[in-house]
Parts: sequence; C-alpha cells; structure tokens
Amino acid sequence: MIRYLIKRLALMIPMLFGITLISFVVIHLTPGEPGIIEAEMNPKVTKEVRERIRAYYGLDKPIHVQYYMWLKRIVKLDFGISFASDRRPVIDKIKERIPITVSINLISMVLIFIIGIPIGIYCAKHKDTTIDKALTAFVFAGYAAPTFWLALLLMIFFGVYLEWLPISGLKSFNFHELSFFEKILDVASHLILPVGISAFGGLAGISRYMKSSLLEVLRQEYITTAYAKGLPEDMVLKKHALKNALLPVITIIGLSVPGLIGGSVIFESIFSIPGMGQLFYMSVMARDYPTIMGILVIGAFLTLIGNLLSDILYAVADPRIRIG
Amino acid sequence: MTVKHFICIIFIIFFSISCTRSKDPLFYDEKGTPAYGDTIITASIGEPSNLIPILATDSPSHEVASFIYNGLVKYDKNLNIVGSLARSWEISKDNLTITFHLRRDVKWHDGTPFTAHDVMFTYKLIVDPKTPTAYAGDFILVKEAKVLDDYTFRVTYGKPFAPSLISWSTAILPKHLLEGKDITHTPLSRRPIGTGPYKFYEWIPGERIVLTVNKDYFEGRPYIDRYIMRVIPDSATMFLELKRYGIDMMGLTPLQAVRQTDYPAFKREFNKFRYLSFGYVYLGYNLKHPFFKDKRVRQAITHAINKKEIIEGILLGQGVEADGPYKPDMWAYNANVKKYPYDKEKARSLLYEAGFKIGKDNILYKNGSPFEFTILVNQGNDVRIKCAELIQKRLSEIGIRVKIRVIEWASFINEFIDKRNFEAVILGWSIPHDPDIFDIWHSSKQGKKELNFISFENKEVDELLVKARHTLNRDERKKYYYRIQEILAEEQPYTFLFVPYANVAVHKRFKGIEPGPAGLMYDFIKWYVPEKQMRYRQQ
Repeated sequence: MIRYLIKRLALMIPMLFGITLISFVVIHLTPGEPGIIEAEMNPKVTKEVRERIRAYYGLDKPIHVQYYMWLKRIVKLDFGISFASDRRPVIDKIKERIPITVSINLISMVLIFIIGIPIGIYCAKHKDTTIDKALTAFVFAGYAAPTFWLALLLMIFFGVYLEWLPISGLKSFNFHELSFFEKILDVASHLILPVGISAFGGLAGISRYMKSSLLEVLRQEYITTAYAKGLPEDMVLKKHALKNALLPVITIIGLSVPGLIGGSVIFESIFSIPGMGQLFYMSVMARDYPTIMGILVIGAFLTLIGNLLSDILYAVADPRIRIG
Repeated sequence: MTVKHFICIIFIIFFSISCTRSKDPLFYDEKGTPAYGDTIITASIGEPSNLIPILATDSPSHEVASFIYNGLVKYDKNLNIVGSLARSWEISKDNLTITFHLRRDVKWHDGTPFTAHDVMFTYKLIVDPKTPTAYAGDFILVKEAKVLDDYTFRVTYGKPFAPSLISWSTAILPKHLLEGKDITHTPLSRRPIGTGPYKFYEWIPGERIVLTVNKDYFEGRPYIDRYIMRVIPDSATMFLELKRYGIDMMGLTPLQAVRQTDYPAFKREFNKFRYLSFGYVYLGYNLKHPFFKDKRVRQAITHAINKKEIIEGILLGQGVEADGPYKPDMWAYNANVKKYPYDKEKARSLLYEAGFKIGKDNILYKNGSPFEFTILVNQGNDVRIKCAELIQKRLSEIGIRVKIRVIEWASFINEFIDKRNFEAVILGWSIPHDPDIFDIWHSSKQGKKELNFISFENKEVDELLVKARHTLNRDERKKYYYRIQEILAEEQPYTFLFVPYANVAVHKRFKGIEPGPAGLMYDFIKWYVPEKQMRYRQQ
C-alpha cells in the first residue's frame, strides 16, 4: 500500500510539470498582453510607455526564459506577483478568496448529498411510480435551468418584489454594527439564494448516480438471496444493497475535491460573491499570467490529489480492488 | 418548535426588516437645507485595482482615487480649467513656462502639510523609467521642473504644449510617505493617503471600498459623510440592487433609462440625470482599401446611413447625431460643417460618379468586382453590433453587400486593427476634455499600436494639429480645430455616428446635483441630504 502511494505521488510530479508547461504556453499564445489590454486604444498610452511596461513584466524575453523563471519560483512555492495593476502577491489574492468559495461549495455539496442521495434511493425503490417521475423531472429541471436566469428570477421575486432576502453580496454594509445573532442571520439570509440555487443545480447528478447504482445492486443475486431468507425489505436495503451501491458515490466525492476551489463565474458575478471563479475570469481577461498559472497549478494539484483520494477510499471501502 | 413555527418566525423577521422605509410619495421632494451626514452607496462592475492613480488604468480605481487625491488644477462644470491645489498660475509670454502658486492651507490626511516638494516628487516619479505608469507621455515633454519655494512650482517645456496645463490635474502623491520606497509595493496602493475631500476608511476585497469625509478639506467640508463603492460584477444584479435601494446611484443603459425605470415607485425615490457622455461611435474605413480611397464613396455611405434611425432604434433616443470628433457642448465643437442627411438618391449618384455600375443582381460593381465589405465589431458590445446590422440593411438598399464579423476584443486589436487587416470597423473613441486629437489624426501616427489605424493622411490637418497643440491661446486653438472639423466632414474618413447620453439615476434624497458638460460628479462636495431625509446614520 505504501509503495503504491509513493509511486502514485511520484508520478504526479511529471504530470504537474506537463500541465503547467502546456498551460503556460497556451496562455502566452492568446492575443493581448497584461497591463496593456485595458489601455489598448487609449491615446494617453504612448508607444514608449508600452515598451516600458512590457520590459517591466519581463515580456520582452523569449517564452522559454519566462517559463524557466516562473518554474524557478514555483518550486519554492512562490506564486509571484500579480500582473494586474494592484501588483499584489498572487498567493494573497487566492488566499482571500478561497475560504469564501470553499465554504459556499462545501455547504452546497453537503446539501446536495443529503438531499440527492435520499432522492436517488427513493427513486430506485419506487421505480417508475409517479413520484419517481416527478422527482426525476424536478432534479433535471434544476440541472437544465440556466443558473443566471433562475437566480435573476428569484432575486426579483424575493429581493425586489417581496423584499425578504438581500439581492447580492455576502454581508450587509453595516455588518460590524450588528449583534452576534443578527450577524448570523445576516450572513444566512445572504447565503440562502446562492447556496440554494447551486445545490438545486447539482441534485440531478448525485441522485441519478445513486439511483442507477442502487438499481444495479438490487438486480444482484445476493439481494434475491436476502429476500429469499425472509429478511424485511428495510433490512435488505440498508444492510446489503446500500453499502455496495454507495461505492460509486465515493468516486464522486473524490472527484469533487478540485471543484471545491473552482467557482462559477456567472454565478459569482450575479450574486457579487468575491470567489475564485471571478478571480480566474478577471485574470484571464487581464492576461494576468502569474494569477492564471497560480490558480491552474492549485487546481491541477487538487485534481490529482482528488483522484488519488478516491482511489484510496475505494480500496478502503471495497476489499475486492485493494492493491498490494 | 415545528417547521411551521420556524418559517413563521423567519417571515416576521424579514417583514419587520423590510417595512421600515417611508412610503410617503412626496417625502423626498422637499428641498430642505444642507446638512452634514448620510452615506452614498455607488456600485462598480469591476473592482478598483490600485489606488495610486498613476499606476492604475481601470476606471473604478480612478473614480475612487478622485475623491482621495487632488491635482494642481481641475475642470469646472463647463470644462474651464480652475485651480485645485494651485491657487493660481502664470504662463510665460513664450508659452513655455508655467509657474504654479500653491495653496498654503492644504494638509495630507495624516496631518502633514502639503508643499511644492510633493509636486516635484510626483513629477519625478511619473517620469522615472522604473515606474510602470501609462501616463508618462505628457510629462516626458517637461524640460525642467523646479521648486522655487515651498509653495511655488515651475515647469518649463521645450515647446509650447497645449494640454500641458491640464496634465497637472494628475493626482499629487505624498512625498513624505513614498520617498525612497518602491512605488509598486507600497501599502498606499491599498490604503491611500491624499489631500482630497474623502479619506480612505476600509477596503474589503471583492466587496466594497469605504471612504469617510475629510472634515478639514480645503474647499470646505463635504456634506455627505460617507462614500461607499460596492463591487457588483453583474449589471442586471446592480439594477436590481438599485430598485431595492441597496445602492443610491447607477449609470443606466438606454433601455433601463427609457423603459425599465418609468414607473411611479421608481420615480418617487429616484431622480434621473442626463448629460452628453465623453465619447462617440463611428464607422471607420481602411483608407488603403481600393474602394474607400475615393472620398465620394465614403460620402455616399454616410448619406446612405440613417443616423436618426440608429439613435431612435438602438439608443431609444438617448444620443445625438455626431458629425465630428467632439461633442456639441464643448468649446472646440464646430456646428457649421458639411452635413450628410440620409438620402439614398444622393448616395447612389455619388457612387455612379465614382465609377460604380449596378449589376444584374442589384449589386454595385466597379471594374468587374462587386462592392462588398466586412464590418468588424468587438464582442460584447450590443449597441455596436446592432448598429452594424442597421448599416448592413441600409447599404444593401443601394447595392452594397455588407458582412458583419464579431470578434473578441484582444484579437480584434492584435490580429485585425494592428495588422491593418480590416475593411471597416465600428469603434468608439472617448472624447478628451482637452481637444487635442493629434494621436488619432496625424499622419505620423500610423505605426504599430498607434491610433491612426485607418491611415488618414491630410497635409493641412497635420499642420493644423501641430499648430493647435503648440499654442495655449484658446481662441487661436479654436480656429484650428474648427478648420480640422471642416476637413474631416468633407473627407469622411469615418462616418461619425452618434454621441450617446449618459443617464444616471441618483436617489432623490441627494440634493444640489447639477449636470453639466463636465458630467455629474464635478461638484460632489456640494451634494447634501436634508436632515429629515437622511437614511444611514453613524454612531
């Protein structure tokens, strides 16, 4: 097991290297350059000034030199300074946004699992009934409805028309004047819409997985045996079927680890949530290479770790595929 | 507690929060008397990046910084140059030297007195090659800068330079906090200290920036105590926040201004202001193109385009026809230039005159090649895309086949504009407050990344542009710019389409707002909320 782990971890290094190399080349090939893109077509920005700014960012050097310089820094875990005109360290920019994105994603993921899994089980148990069909329609509606559209409708209804919920942001602007209880209420009321909508959109995936894997298990012979033994249905489901049916769900947990730091741009923009999606989008638009690379490296790393994690969890849960 | 109870309680809480506002329809109509207090909340699509203005190229940064810093001079309501940190100034007879006499009563927000050394420091910083600023252009022309005494500052230029005076409206930075430090890594870019009417209070990344009033401001204490800029990246959300009173002020699109805010509840709580924005939209031709070389062709196209229809149909009336590079309320604007009213017949006859013949397929042909071209438009700009469609329709009526191609901004510039790989484009220019348009129209400005990308060459315009930028006498400059506009109107290197109106909604409790050619915010320190109508009170 330990040898396997070490091997997997060692394999991650060339993989990461390849990912960064390809990303670095691709983002440098896109037209447009940092610092200048907003000043494009601005009469006040003369040619000399442009050259000066390019030299400042080191963009006058060939691309392999730039990559080497970046690599030298990144192995020391130095993500560099952002090319955006705030010129802050990339790591600071990421650090202040990760908690927001991770907590929102965690809450909605937990919601998705505690609502989605029961829906899946129910649908498998009562396959082809009206309620099964209704639930299926419901989760697919959530999956299919464009987030921004749903978000705007709910904002208009709950925010402008009923005036119950705040429309955007995470806290009211007089947050620091509130009492502890009011603060909790304030944050909660700000979170209802974004978390609700993102959870609604994610239900379809998990409930479908759950349903199909449970149906698969229910067809197995050992389930028939269990019924034949005269066990009550509840017992068959909980003791025999569910345990096995949950295995594929573990894979999904592993695969959603990188998703925790990724945010959706549209979603975050609509609710004015200063999260990772927006940061990534903005740095791409501004060709802020160090920030783009920083986010990509973290994302790639988490994806690889997530894969490894789900493999390990799988092995722990299922003795059949345990390795060495 | 059952779920039912819980829901009831939530409802009650939200209702009690939401029912505190006054619904009296005339409540905000009373003018009241100026009083100190209250907060204004504005919003911005993008987050400011850097509050040291010379390092920032985005408009939210400059907007916030304009409350925190002052320049030596500024524009007043009618775009006249008036003093700010400078009490007065003298311009030498040869127009080469400006001597600024600075105010003696100005203090930085940390209490240190402001002196001419700060001005000198700012100047040196901007021209320092190590400073990554986009605004060094105007200051590199300074031959010599000198501090005569603590409150007198003198600059000498190698050549008289018309925009020189207003270039000193650049934000003056505090020497005592920045000297000897690396400007790109100073904490002041996130916690600025200036001389302006508002002091920096806090910046919550991705959420908002809060400024508080500078009670000792040298032009008098501003009435409004707090300024908050919220970051709301989505314009639909921003509009909902405005309707919900989450923000007090917002620029409106034509659709929002004309249709979506035209209901009693909105009118009860908001005033709408309108002024001509500093920009125009145009159809530009690649003058190297064999068809567009002929000015009759360009004139014909201008005749064939119905500008009125564009303004009524796309801008919902929120704009005026443009016929030159300035907006009608500027001193340099010349109203008596050749006009091109919408006239299909005139357009046709001009094209026949230029050698085009109508073919069997109703398309114009010259020497066997059909008259067709592509208009490039940048992605994300709906107004321009719709303009292109209307132009396409109008030109097809006189036998010109137009294609439209929508391209992402960075490749639009790098692949098409810079490489001169286009036939026609729809783009906009912002109109500078100072009428110097040398960079856009002078024939020397055709290099890579330079702005005369349509390859316009006219000897007389070249001469006039140079003369106009090297004299400081306004009447003389006016003469030159009038003539330039006449030539541009005759030549039609662009078809000037329109100057849009800026529409701004401001909550009604704010009084003392007077829109002018300079916009709305030039006199923000005079805005006030009468005591009774104040909404946000601080402890």
